Amino acid sequence: MKYVIVGCGRVGAALAEALDNEGHEVLIIDTATRAFDRLSSEFKGQAIRGDGTDEDVLRRAGAERADVLLALTEGDNRNVMAAQVAREKLSVDKAVAKINDPVRAAAYAELGIATVCRTTMLTDALLGHLNLRPTGMPAVIAAVPHVHDDDAPEASRGLAGGAEAVPGPATAPATTAERRD
Amino acid sequence: MFVLVVGGGKVGYYLTKELIESGHEVVLMEKDRARAAQITDELGSVVVPHDGCEGKYLGEAGSNRADIVAAVTGDDEDNLVICQMAKHHFDVPKTIARVNNPKNEQLFRHLGVDEIISPTRMALGSIEQDIPVHELLHLAALDNELEIIEAQLQADSPAVGRTPGDLVIPQECSLFAVVRNGVASPLRADTVFQEGDKVIAIGRADCERMLHEQLIGASASGRA
Repeated sequence: MKYVIVGCGRVGAALAEALDNEGHEVLIIDTATRAFDRLSSEFKGQAIRGDGTDEDVLRRAGAERADVLLALTEGDNRNVMAAQVAREKLSVDKAVAKINDPVRAAAYAELGIATVCRTTMLTDALLGHLNLRPTGMPAVIAAVPHVHDDDAPEASRGLAGGAEAVPGPATAPATTAERRD
Repeated sequence: MFVLVVGGGKVGYYLTKELIESGHEVVLMEKDRARAAQITDELGSVVVPHDGCEGKYLGEAGSNRADIVAAVTGDDEDNLVICQMAKHHFDVPKTIARVNNPKNEQLFRHLGVDEIISPTRMALGSIEQDIPVHELLHLAALDNELEIIEAQLQADSPAVGRTPGDLVIPQECSLFAVVRNGVASPLRADTVFQEGDKVIAIGRADCERMLHEQLIGASASGRA
């Protein structure tokens, strides 16, 4: 499998090494060369300096048609954009974005991007550790299958697509009424 | 009209000011507290001092009853997310994004942003219009890498005195109109090109070299 990781922070670097050790093809991108110091000298994948939200940079790095892209920078929105560029422009099969805002995380899962939310993850881990009831919000949300049909009316795309009952946060308005087939 | 403006930089500030003066209901979101306080001093209590990218605050600022959300921060990715959240999560009828990297325009449209404001593209457009000679003008970018291109025929253009059938035009491209003395007319098989004509073409970006050759002339300036 070919994996592209955007953001060589602690999580990005650890994941890159783990995937590399499993024998996968790994490409890791960061805007700062220094970030690559986190990778061990045994890392056999490619480390490329550049902005992972820029289509040209991703293309040049060879991210096209990768099996999975994981956007793990510090910025929620950068992650969202990198994941969407990968899906829409580079035919990447699966895009995962780290989104620390729970509202945004739930919303983007319904726009076809798998999301992982550190806020929810930590909150629930700590509540569990204190023997308290967890929030029940999912920390990793699978993408709702994306309808690739440009002729589809706006309403049937994105959020209106039949979500598989992703338990959204309390503030999420129920907009998933249509298309329940 | 209720307009929610996100980003209190120069663009956001003047936009808010103008909208208030023309009698609209406006809320401005600016995450920097000091900047938010400064704008409040000048424009009154229209400022929500929070990050408009954060779903919770976008909701609290009243996005679910906004007619328009205008995302005008300095960062393309923030503007994209604000518009998508507004559109898909809060059902805002119209979203506007400021885009700095012209490459992002098409992507943002494709991802559901209704209107794009591109300062870079606008500046580029005015510069290109000031150099009418020997270059193709990009009038608009459409989906699927299609572009609308204009070529102004100079005296030395190989097309002058010829008809469309005499030209070698790539298949992925079509010439569809000619503007002569300010009057636009559809291109016909018997149209004879004249100096000063503006020929409008639509085609993929990679047809440009061929179009340039046929309408402007072989590149003396050594175009790549």
